[in-house]
Amino acid sequence: MSFVEYGDTIKDGDTAIVFLGHESMFPVKVQHGTVTQTKYGVIRHSTDLIGKKYGSKVTCSKGGWVFILHPTPELWTMNLPHRTQILYSTDISIITMMLELKPGSIVCESGTGSGSLSHALIRTVAPTGHLYTVEFHQQRAEKAREEFREHGVEHLVTVTNQDVCKNGFGVSNIADAVFLDIPSPWEAIGHAKSALKAEGGRICSFSPCIEQVQRTCLAMEEYGFTEINTLEILLRVYNVRTISLQIPDLGKAAEDNSSTGFDSSNPSNQGSLGTNLQQGTVQFKSGVPLREMVGHTGYLTFATKS
Amino acid sequence: RKIIFEKQWFYLDNAIGHTYGTTFEVTSGGNLQPKQEVEESTTETKEAGTDNRNIVDDGKSQKLTHDDIKALKDKGIKGQEIVQQLIENSTTFRDKTEFAQDKYIKKKKKKYEAVITIVKPSTRILSTMYYAREPGKINHLRYDTLAQMLTLGNIRAGNKMIVMETCAGLVLGAVMERMGGYGSIIQMYPGGGPVRAATSCFGFPKLFFDNLHEFPLSKVDSLLSGSFSTETLPSEPEDNVLAEEESNGLTDEKQISLQETEEESTTETAMEINQTEEQDTMDINAEDVEFKENKEKENKDNVREKQRKQWERRKKLIETAALLAEKNADGLIVASKFHPTPLLLSLLEFVAPSRPFVVYCQYKEPLLECYTKLRERGGVINLKLSETWLRNYQVLPDRSHPKLTMSGGGGYLLSGITVVLDKGKSDSSHLEALKMEEPSSKRCKVQDLHC
Repeated sequence: MSFVEYGDTIKDGDTAIVFLGHESMFPVKVQHGTVTQTKYGVIRHSTDLIGKKYGSKVTCSKGGWVFILHPTPELWTMNLPHRTQILYSTDISIITMMLELKPGSIVCESGTGSGSLSHALIRTVAPTGHLYTVEFHQQRAEKAREEFREHGVEHLVTVTNQDVCKNGFGVSNIADAVFLDIPSPWEAIGHAKSALKAEGGRICSFSPCIEQVQRTCLAMEEYGFTEINTLEILLRVYNVRTISLQIPDLGKAAEDNSSTGFDSSNPSNQGSLGTNLQQGTVQFKSGVPLREMVGHTGYLTFATKS
Repeated sequence: RKIIFEKQWFYLDNAIGHTYGTTFEVTSGGNLQPKQEVEESTTETKEAGTDNRNIVDDGKSQKLTHDDIKALKDKGIKGQEIVQQLIENSTTFRDKTEFAQDKYIKKKKKKYEAVITIVKPSTRILSTMYYAREPGKINHLRYDTLAQMLTLGNIRAGNKMIVMETCAGLVLGAVMERMGGYGSIIQMYPGGGPVRAATSCFGFPKLFFDNLHEFPLSKVDSLLSGSFSTETLPSEPEDNVLAEEESNGLTDEKQISLQETEEESTTETAMEINQTEEQDTMDINAEDVEFKENKEKENKDNVREKQRKQWERRKKLIETAALLAEKNADGLIVASKFHPTPLLLSLLEFVAPSRPFVVYCQYKEPLLECYTKLRERGGVINLKLSETWLRNYQVLPDRSHPKLTMSGGGGYLLSGITVVLDKGKSDSSHLEALKMEEPSSKRCKVQDLHC
């Protein structure tokens, strides 16, 4: 296993994702002799995991079962230990595309935070690209290094422990793209510009507040960035449900059976959804929005150095 | 070669040798290269009003007539100067607020100062351009939705991907860009051959096409049932075979010619044009011309080479069939005009366990059905039906707000992860068995998942 390469079978030392069911999962580090407790019972790594195929169903001691999944940056994002607020896959997707990242790209990032975006960036630029990530919090920087080592991607990333606003990224004229997720990105725009290749590149800054965006845009303009564009992306998730709605009794003649009565008087009702008429109800499939959704993560400001 | 873009026509010859992102001004027929930064000198009149209480729309504020303006244009006067003239002859300009003046200038500049920026092709540029210009050709797949697909599908170097798309080859190109020539892609195509018009706009090196395979959708069933044989191959009409070969030949040839130009000067791979801040590309007009030329040329050769090509085609098809038959693909991407359910139920057979798949559909309802059918089939977990909303902002000092118009819809995605499919039990009894076996907490879970 590696975060940058698929493997077929689970091996000692792998990070695997235990999938319990509906949105409930957690990561495990696979080790001989270790056991993991789940609500369905114990998983013994030596016998239950090692040597099995990724994607297998593993029966736990109480007879319940879980699936063991190959790690991906997206699954990691949903399961990683939070040390900071993190970026989620929806924002990460648009960042990756708008920064034009691909295998071979050199990217600078700050701050590293919990490494949610870092894993996605590394995945995309591998095997020939590199990520230079700067984190001013020493403990977080250390923890990130450790994770990258565990995940088999340390050769693709350099973690630097310094203040990006004061000391920059520690590299100059080599980056194809720069990403900033810091409280005062406008103070780092100059450093970002010098980190980017002389022939140009792309930059993105993530900020929750519009005032931060405002100052960042001004700084970008001042440093000669072009194509400055701010956007926001929202994810809407739908639950697939079969809904049945009762047909109101409008006091139609008693002999007129309610279901057939509805059918004949309203032949075109919701036809495309495969209407099922039961006793006095209409059934259909619907994508129901979640009761609560993420309304705002941050504004993403993109620009080009050319 | 003459190119038409946004009611302007020009030759690209002068653009060669410049770096990407260089801005050009159009003169009568050729390209002129102005400075990167046009000095913002037009605002020497720093007078400005505070509000518009005294500004009356009498239609007479502009002292220059249509004919005057046309005369200025015919004289070949620089656009910048025309804008200056318009400002000087506007009686209300001085009374407008500073912000309104700014807006006025910007609008006039857009009209009279035609500047074009040539940029390098990328998924970002091409998907925004296709969505703006030809959304019908890509099934209204908005660029942020495409971005989600690439991430949810864990597209990266080294993967073995299956792609089924009818988006002019845009999705294929996006996948190819993310894979950087490492790994392999099998494109499933309907009809006579894969469409790759958008793919060729990326200007990929020839190397990227070495591990790009294609397989006809109409042979999927026979491959799955084991009755696939290449003897049944030339069942398609001959013209279809020809058409496909031509389009393939075109891709290759275009590739080569692109590489040559790249060697001549490091610029000018494919033409991406940026006009007045808005990303747009030139029309495909130019390509059509090339297409026709190639067609004629190829037709002559084809008569002689048909036999050999057909043999090669058969060989490639056997190779691709073998790749599919391993049933160990690292992912499946579907974005087509077809109903997704049958595609998914069949194509998922070729995907290894613990791999992501993503289906795009312009409409939600087919994905609802697909969701239900996949649940019945089993072998998938973490099914998610989603949509993204994209909102663009205007950010200017004291004038920041969401842009007035936003896109109404960019399609829906159904994504999930494959797992090992339980064998020996039929799907429905499998479900029943699960419910029986599970401890009560799990039973709730299962029911939860299935409702």
